Amino acid sequence: MLTNERRQVGRAMPRIDAPLKVTGRAAYAAEHSEPDMLHGAAVSATIARGRILEIDSRAAKAAFPGIAAIYTHENRPNAAWLDRSWQDETAPPGHTYRPLQNDRVLFDGQPVAFVVADSFENARDAAAMITVRYEVETPETDLTTKLAERYVPPKKRSGISPPPDPRGQPEEAFKEAHFRISGDYLIENEHHNPMELFATTVLYGADGVLAIHDKTQGSQNVQKFVCNVFSLSQDKVNVINAYVGGAFGSGLRPRHQLFFAVMASLDLKRSVKFEIARSDMFYLSYRPAMYQTVSLGADAQGRLTAVLHDTVQVTSRYEDYQEVVVNWSGLAYRCDNVALTYALTKLDAATPGDMRAPGAASGLFALESAMDELSYEVGIDPLELRRRNFVHFDQNENKQLTSKALRACYREGAARFGWERRQAKPRSMHEGHELIGWGMATGIWEAQLQSAKARVRMSANGQVIVQAAASDIGTGTYTILAQIAAEALDVPAEDVSVQIGQSDLPETSVEGGSWTAASSGSAVDAACLAIRQRLLDMAQKDDASPLKDATVEEVVIRDGHLRLDTDPRAGVAISELMARAGETAIEEEGKAGPDAKQMKSFASYTHSAVFVEVRVDEELGLARVTRVVSAVAAGRILNPKTARSQILGGVVMGLGMALHEESMIDHRSGRIMNHNLAEYHVPAHADIQDIDVHFVQEFDDKASPIGVKGLGEIGVCGVAAAVANAIFHATGKRIRHLPITIDKILGETVGKAA
Amino acid sequence: MKRFDYLKAASIREAVSALAGDPKARMIAGGTNLVDLMKYDVEAPGLLVDINGLDLKRIEETETGYRIGALVTNSDLAYHPGVVRRFPLLASAILAGASPQLRNAATTGGNINQRTRCYYFYDPATRCNKRQPGSGCDAIGGVTRIHAILGASEACIATHPSDMCVALAALDAVVEVEGPEGRRDIAFLDYHRLPGDTPERDNTLRHGEIVTAIRLEGEAAARHHTYLKLRDRLSYAFALVSAAVDLKIENGKISRARVALGGVAHKPWRDLDAEGMLVGREPSAEATDAFAARLLAGAKGQGGNDFKITLAERVIRRALRQAAAGTPQIQHEKAIA
Repeated sequence: MLTNERRQVGRAMPRIDAPLKVTGRAAYAAEHSEPDMLHGAAVSATIARGRILEIDSRAAKAAFPGIAAIYTHENRPNAAWLDRSWQDETAPPGHTYRPLQNDRVLFDGQPVAFVVADSFENARDAAAMITVRYEVETPETDLTTKLAERYVPPKKRSGISPPPDPRGQPEEAFKEAHFRISGDYLIENEHHNPMELFATTVLYGADGVLAIHDKTQGSQNVQKFVCNVFSLSQDKVNVINAYVGGAFGSGLRPRHQLFFAVMASLDLKRSVKFEIARSDMFYLSYRPAMYQTVSLGADAQGRLTAVLHDTVQVTSRYEDYQEVVVNWSGLAYRCDNVALTYALTKLDAATPGDMRAPGAASGLFALESAMDELSYEVGIDPLELRRRNFVHFDQNENKQLTSKALRACYREGAARFGWERRQAKPRSMHEGHELIGWGMATGIWEAQLQSAKARVRMSANGQVIVQAAASDIGTGTYTILAQIAAEALDVPAEDVSVQIGQSDLPETSVEGGSWTAASSGSAVDAACLAIRQRLLDMAQKDDASPLKDATVEEVVIRDGHLRLDTDPRAGVAISELMARAGETAIEEEGKAGPDAKQMKSFASYTHSAVFVEVRVDEELGLARVTRVVSAVAAGRILNPKTARSQILGGVVMGLGMALHEESMIDHRSGRIMNHNLAEYHVPAHADIQDIDVHFVQEFDDKASPIGVKGLGEIGVCGVAAAVANAIFHATGKRIRHLPITIDKILGETVGKAA
Repeated sequence: MKRFDYLKAASIREAVSALAGDPKARMIAGGTNLVDLMKYDVEAPGLLVDINGLDLKRIEETETGYRIGALVTNSDLAYHPGVVRRFPLLASAILAGASPQLRNAATTGGNINQRTRCYYFYDPATRCNKRQPGSGCDAIGGVTRIHAILGASEACIATHPSDMCVALAALDAVVEVEGPEGRRDIAFLDYHRLPGDTPERDNTLRHGEIVTAIRLEGEAAARHHTYLKLRDRLSYAFALVSAAVDLKIENGKISRARVALGGVAHKPWRDLDAEGMLVGREPSAEATDAFAARLLAGAKGQGGNDFKITLAERVIRRALRQAAAGTPQIQHEKAIA
């Protein structure tokens, strides 16, 4: 067995790419250049709905002789015609938005012209001189006025489960329940705002091959999109996303900067770079606004007898964007009478997109706020209410769970927080001017495995190279893949070279849904197993080998030797095996993917318990989050350091969702008025105080071959509800409309969304 | 961004004559506001007059206070030992604004001449009388969270975003300017103006005039002061409402009250008559309530900012309590005293 000192997996190893990043040597999509390359800039629509009557670029052309081309809907080069050519692997059903397709304006910020010039400054300044005349139509951008026009999406989005059929007698059970609560919840649009702007650099090769540096969460998804849209063969298109400066889901779908840069590069046969402006980021993707209603019924002991959860969510006119919002309410707690509905309503806005824990972050805000409310109704501690309703299987699908250490999250999280010192009554804890509130919530996210491949090459001298088309969007993928290979092959992780973020490497799904560590990690592990098998095969060619009768499960790699696990003295040097076989290196591919048979009877989720302390200056309406404990059960933790950072980031994003973040839309024009980082408030350092991340022990041998469940989303799940619940505990005021800003705390509204 | 000419002014006289000679000329110092506005095509100067080479970077002690050169950075001013000792309200207000990086670049003159943060002013796709006189105001009836509750007009409901200026208003600072017709002083309360029907004019500078210094004079509260700022996050956001308070308390009674509000109007808001109501009274709840009611008597919301009337009333009360108790808000303390 491996001794603890030699363990690479589970070690808090610093990111192997950190030195490159902090010294600026890690080149992001916009940081690749060539002499004499062209630069693009877009003209964005300033109306949310209407038609383009005229685009006048005469002044721009006269002022800037360096303009190589100005593209509009009138002269756009041909691109694919069929919808399916434009649909990437994460696209929702509908007619995918195609830049410059015609004179229609479908959303504010839509690019209506694209300028290509000899410098960034010339392109930008020329774009500013182009005038566009519109026929303006009255836009509809306010969800609350469009609730009646809800509809159930006729076609489901791939990978997104619609709500399960109702079970039991939910309406009757609710009517007859001993305790009943019901409330409406409203969430405004939120934006991803990664540090790195969307950017694409297309380097046009002498042979006509495109090297595309794109800000994306999936190089192969982008490669397929480019090939489909521009009718190119895959060998003409290499997509590189070696470093990604955050994405949070916004980089799952190919964005218009990619289309424009490639279009111009092919048309002009030149290298082209295009980075969009921060303000335009706000129009590309967002967590959709939604209106939710949750009703809970419980018996005298607080056991749920009815759960009803309905949602109306924003989408665009042209696509039915879907996420899993209400299903969580059918599986988070034990309940036999459940009705869940999920509907969309169309607005004159861009299609929303997946944003960290899409659906769950929003749905759990409503469910977990309602659970908190129910606990006061029943008169028991909110944590106790959740314990009483614990469920050990997935009632939506009637499946067993691969693991669920949520009770440990409750217990250990509560202990770290000091929950037992909580005074139950709202408004009963205070210090100085401030009321103190303690709130909690449960978090859930699906633990998924997606198909992934990886290649591992081990040289006779112990050098190891790991290759996969996986992406590291700032999460630590480079590092954990190195750790997995290092442990399997017993070399220092620092000696493992990880090459990812390139479309010509072994096939991998987009980086999203918290599945990369489990999927690519398992693929690397499988490749290492294949190497061990190859070495064993080599060894067993020698009849005198001490490993002659061993199986691959019985041998391990130690100190450059293949050895018997039970008797490490018996072994043979790898360099010797390779020399004998005339090889200098061994290369194997491994793969991982969902196990269809197992999925028939098992479902897999990550869980968390989030505890929050707020201090509310009631006179001034100011709430501060002073402490958070996030206790997470996510299977095996590969690297406590990068894992903790993932959860920290998720919690911070949850605090932003709870207290600060929203797009402020002028519904007369459909325009987002705070489309910059000065007025769209994400938490500043001062807003973030003590966050304690704790991983509970959770053994899981089914969620993925390496026992990993993934951490990208779970950190944000439940945080907004825990904050709202803490504010209720502090003030006695139940606020069901995010973000909870000063005006809402000062307001008198209690009991309905406002 | 539009192309522009650039002039590095070698003297105040050269800067003044360049500005006076070209209506499309703008001064640049720290550039923390103007460069953004140029990028957004809100400002499109034909000529940038760079005044960073001028000798306006000193803080001089005068017989009655300090003379602060227009190019003194916000950071240097906020941490100047003399200013911290004698005008702690000013130092505190500066530290409530922006970020350390911005304060290192932003200047005193630039701070008082910074432009509104009105969303519509910043968005050339909308109508804005301040950006384009006579075009109309799309902010009215739109997203108005950060807009004025006092002194607004049919033409403009924008607010002045500065924190520093709120303290300067409370401290009765004096603005020294120099122009084609020579030097003159402008009382701080007369420097910024209400929008009326000419919101394009933020202040009372005449054509070609530049700010050369700010003078702080006389006695200011060493203990009985505070700068209290409420905003949508705990740092790095403009004020929803702020209050600068400077009280003189003798024998338990207020003998002088100076209270300026930020985030509520086109200029730092003071009401000398209302302040008179506090004189001779103990800083009791009744006195501060009556004062707040009087100060906000004309307050009018725009819908999205109605809450600011309630918030302003409470900020005034709390700030007066802080100042009277001699427990000014410490800007790095996130709990409000």
